[in-house]
Amino acid sequence: MSQTKKKIAQRIAQEIKDGDVVNLGIGIPTSVCDYIPENIEVTIHSENGLIGLDKEAEKGFEDKDIINASGRHATIKNTGSFFDTAMSFNIIRGGHLDMTVLGALQVDGKGNIANWMIPGKLVPGMGGAMDLTVGAKRVICAITHQTKSGSSKIKKECNLPLTAKGEVDLIVTELAVMEVTEEGLLLKEIAKGTTVKEVVKKTEAELIISDNIKEF
Amino acid sequence: MDKVVNLESIDNLFYDGMSIMIGGFLDCGTAETVLEYLNKLNLKDLTIIVNDAGYNYKSKGKFLANSNINKIITSHIGTNPDVGDKMNNGLLDIDLIPQGTLVEQIRCKGAGLGGVLTPTGIGTKAEEGMEKIKHDGKEYILATPIGADVAVIKAWKADRSGNLIYRYSARNFNPIMAMAANKVIVEVEEIVDNGDLDNNNIMTSNIFTDYIIQSDNK
Repeated sequence: MSQTKKKIAQRIAQEIKDGDVVNLGIGIPTSVCDYIPENIEVTIHSENGLIGLDKEAEKGFEDKDIINASGRHATIKNTGSFFDTAMSFNIIRGGHLDMTVLGALQVDGKGNIANWMIPGKLVPGMGGAMDLTVGAKRVICAITHQTKSGSSKIKKECNLPLTAKGEVDLIVTELAVMEVTEEGLLLKEIAKGTTVKEVVKKTEAELIISDNIKEF
Repeated sequence: MDKVVNLESIDNLFYDGMSIMIGGFLDCGTAETVLEYLNKLNLKDLTIIVNDAGYNYKSKGKFLANSNINKIITSHIGTNPDVGDKMNNGLLDIDLIPQGTLVEQIRCKGAGLGGVLTPTGIGTKAEEGMEKIKHDGKEYILATPIGADVAVIKAWKADRSGNLIYRYSARNFNPIMAMAANKVIVEVEEIVDNGDLDNNNIMTSNIFTDYIIQSDNK
């Protein structure tokens, strides 16, 4: 994992509180659990039908019937449980998840998120992402600030098909932490080594600059 | 009643133009032996209901990539580039449905419900062509039942009467699909005599299962 992605995962891990029930999406979100402080207890839900997800299985100890939502062989804590897909999405839609962390192609200042298709190019499908964004109490978007060609992924308004409308609460990139508020996108933290000016320049969405900018 | 059969004896269940529901999440909890067999039947004009398109080199994904299918109703095809190519070339229709909505639609069929109201997908492409209902000031999508002619599911153990137990995360869609098809074929790793399963542990009742196939993959 690149330093950029590691930085995002590390910062998001600090948002998780003791006792939280969380679902971590594919990509950067999956690695968030590597940085959860050891003194707190977190329960991880996996939409393929388990709660109490533990680390990925070590080589030689894989069980074909225990996988995570990425299809990788996983393990379960001794307090975890398995269930069918209907129950798994009852947990998601029913407001029983404190938080979900999802990757995205684009996100915007209104809390819209797009992460399931690029028309004519890439149509993987939404899987459980639409349910997770609508159902979880708090939605955190883990996203690199810009595309490889240097355009901002933090848009004024998403132009790719949406995964959910107005559901994102917090956006964490390698450069900034931004909160979706009624007034607009609030820049709360910037990464060490960057400046507010640089973040504003690299962000398409308009930013409200916090009076109390912190570094992370 | 003894429901244990071999695949050759239930050939007549499969025909061109039919709909088939397939249990599993990626390759976990998928009836690989049955799907390998279906691959050889060269069925045409199928409608498939399945959580995801799996991997193109293996059982479910291979079946979906190689078969003559009109439409797949699913939540995710990103792991199977062959299915994506077929869709892009107009050889196949894909109905993409949020996973939680898809499972509820299947559950509705088995539960005798006319539909459920879900907030998932409001303001997105998922609401296109769907009826929307406002209730208590909140907008919902009406998700209506989805059934199939045959469900092909996977369990860990069955007794000969068709009571089923699933193992770990291989449960996923299987018990839900077991209630939503006209005929239910279950592939299991272990078949035991009636009475050898603890009644407390049975997850799908034998009233839902029609045929039991011994899996080649134990």
